[in-house]
Amino acid sequence: MLKFLPYMVAAWLLLVGLYGIVTSRNLVHAITCLSVAQSSTYILLLSVGFERGGTAPVFLDVPVGTRAVDPVVGALTLTDVVVGATVSALLLALAVQAQKHQGTLDPERFGKERD
Amino acid sequence: MTPAVRRRVFLVAAAAAGALLLWGLTGLPDYGVYNGPYGDVLNRVAVAERSATNVVAAVTFDYRGVDTMGEEYILFAAVLGVAILLRAQRDEHEEPPDEDAADRDAPATSNAVRIVGLTLVGPVVLFGLYLVAHGHLTPGGGFQGGVVLATAALLVYLSGEYVTLRRVSPELVTDVAESVGAASYVAIGLLGVAAGTAFLANVLPLGQPGQLLSAGTILPINAAVGLEVAGGFVLLLSEFLEQTLVIRRPGEVT
Repeated sequence: MLKFLPYMVAAWLLLVGLYGIVTSRNLVHAITCLSVAQSSTYILLLSVGFERGGTAPVFLDVPVGTRAVDPVVGALTLTDVVVGATVSALLLALAVQAQKHQGTLDPERFGKERD
Repeated sequence: MTPAVRRRVFLVAAAAAGALLLWGLTGLPDYGVYNGPYGDVLNRVAVAERSATNVVAAVTFDYRGVDTMGEEYILFAAVLGVAILLRAQRDEHEEPPDEDAADRDAPATSNAVRIVGLTLVGPVVLFGLYLVAHGHLTPGGGFQGGVVLATAALLVYLSGEYVTLRRVSPELVTDVAESVGAASYVAIGLLGVAAGTAFLANVLPLGQPGQLLSAGTILPINAAVGLEVAGGFVLLLSEFLEQTLVIRRPGEVT
């Protein structure tokens, strides 16, 4: 079971985040749920590159040749985090706009409060 | 579609997607067993090839440098998008919004928050610069250091007033920092073309691994990214703060 546990955590985070988005009654909550769903990709990437007994792929204090985890997935996760943060910022700006135009953050009530 | 129906549709779809995920994930190598060749190859050759002891930085800013440039422009575009979205709104609503709680003042910043915040600004700036400058040696780099630098601006806001934040980070400075950071990345890439090799080729002297001045273009690219991320995040911060302040205190900040 432990062999697959990080993958299961990733799958669970993705599905639970999507569930949150589908049932959300508040756009800020939905954006947070998207962040939860996206964090599954961090776990998946880092788990795929993990090697038991491996250190961080930084060879300042340890000699080259020391067993280390995959640096490629580390770099991909860095990209992932940056893109996640900027997408959240953009979506939150849209939520601010939605609140101003619709008077609510509840997607169910869009178009019903005021024009 | 009512919420109940939508939830049921989702649960059916999620069950199917979950089953697919399980099927796929169980086909992956066991956790802790690494089979892929690329990570091992890079860990073996990156220090000798690029003089960068942080192999993640060597991948991000050198081997995968073109992808990271795209990522940097995603950040640039998103910050631009936020600025445009929130700016248009300000022009539309000229009249000050209603004061929700006119009889209640916002509590004044306590001296404890003020002192702790201002004491932290210096060390946080130093730490941010350290992260940017040592990205090729130790964990860190332009993205992380840039966010830490932007945190310093947040601390100024926390321990003072919005106007203080505006004074220490004028819009012109953050705009220019963000744009110059984004443009420098491409400029460093063009160095490779000028030297007669490929775009973003590491053409600067590599130096000795572990030295501050080493790893060729990785250090200047980290500096460019740090500048852009710090400028971009301060810009995001000011845009969102301005929204709340326009609502809370009409007329004070425009």
